[in-house]
Amino acid sequence: MRLEHLQELNKARAERRAVVLITDVADGSQRLVRGENIAGDALSEQLDAALRAGKSATVEHEGKSYFLTVQVPPVRIIVIGAVHISQAMAPMAKLAGFDMTIIDPRTAFATPDRFPDVKLLAEWPDVALPPLKPDRYTAMAFFTHDPKIDDPGLIQALHAECFYIGALGSRKTHAKRVERMKAAGFNDEQLSRIRAPIGLDIGSVTPSEIAVSVLGEIILALRKKPLRAPNAAPAGSKAA
Amino acid sequence: MLASDDDILARAEEWRKAGRGVAIATVIETWGSAPRPVGSHLVIDDEGHFLGSVSGGCVEGDVVTTALDVIGEGKARTIEFGVADETAWRVGLSCGGRIRVYVEKVD
Repeated sequence: MRLEHLQELNKARAERRAVVLITDVADGSQRLVRGENIAGDALSEQLDAALRAGKSATVEHEGKSYFLTVQVPPVRIIVIGAVHISQAMAPMAKLAGFDMTIIDPRTAFATPDRFPDVKLLAEWPDVALPPLKPDRYTAMAFFTHDPKIDDPGLIQALHAECFYIGALGSRKTHAKRVERMKAAGFNDEQLSRIRAPIGLDIGSVTPSEIAVSVLGEIILALRKKPLRAPNAAPAGSKAA
Repeated sequence: MLASDDDILARAEEWRKAGRGVAIATVIETWGSAPRPVGSHLVIDDEGHFLGSVSGGCVEGDVVTTALDVIGEGKARTIEFGVADETAWRVGLSCGGRIRVYVEKVD
């Protein structure tokens, strides 16, 4: 492995970017492909599968054996709203192996007492989110259904190409949300990425059950669809 | 020190930049009940120091020896360990699995 490839792998991880190092096992030749460039590659299908699984793998192509060293950022969940559902979801997300952060400017809600063992930021989403740099390996769930708290975060989530965006609220609440987002400059295609009503339809009633349905929906979005450009993500209707 | 595979690659870069000869060993295929998954790394320097693991400690010694050769010669090698190869290799995997390890020099 050339030192420059090793540096690029390490740099990509630090910057939360996906890259794959392709090694021809027979002759040792190597090349590095960035996550956003896999579509044009001869091994695009295999690269896509490996990136989606987030796992290194040996693949065969035209009689040759290649090893794919896959570097994907750890998946994060950012939740807006330090509410009852978030309290239930925090330990579940941890068990499932996700790094979770909760943001809520309402200090009465965002207290360490209510949220032990999870990252909690008592700030407005437009202040708290930029330093976290949401990206396509980030899921964002909006639980406040208060436009002045949810909307600034939602705008950032849409721009950041988050692989999952879900927002709590009835169909009526969501219709109003869509109107506001259109006024903010987003089109139907972009807005179809917001999953609302949030969560898989498993008939959840309690906050804990809703947390299960949201976590399930996040895992579905992560594992069953390519973590690619936003346009590649189909409308939420398929999942629900 | 316990290190994740990510830390291990960062360490490989540090070692190489400090002027040490460095090799990276990577599990590229597994069959049966292999101790470490595909993608696991062991980083070795020219004095035989190593970090990480490619098995539960069963074959690391042999991988380090191969890595020293690879650092010297510069050419990558693929080595296989497993019960089936017990006669060919001094070491094997007691768990009954088989693994293939790719050992390459950091140039």
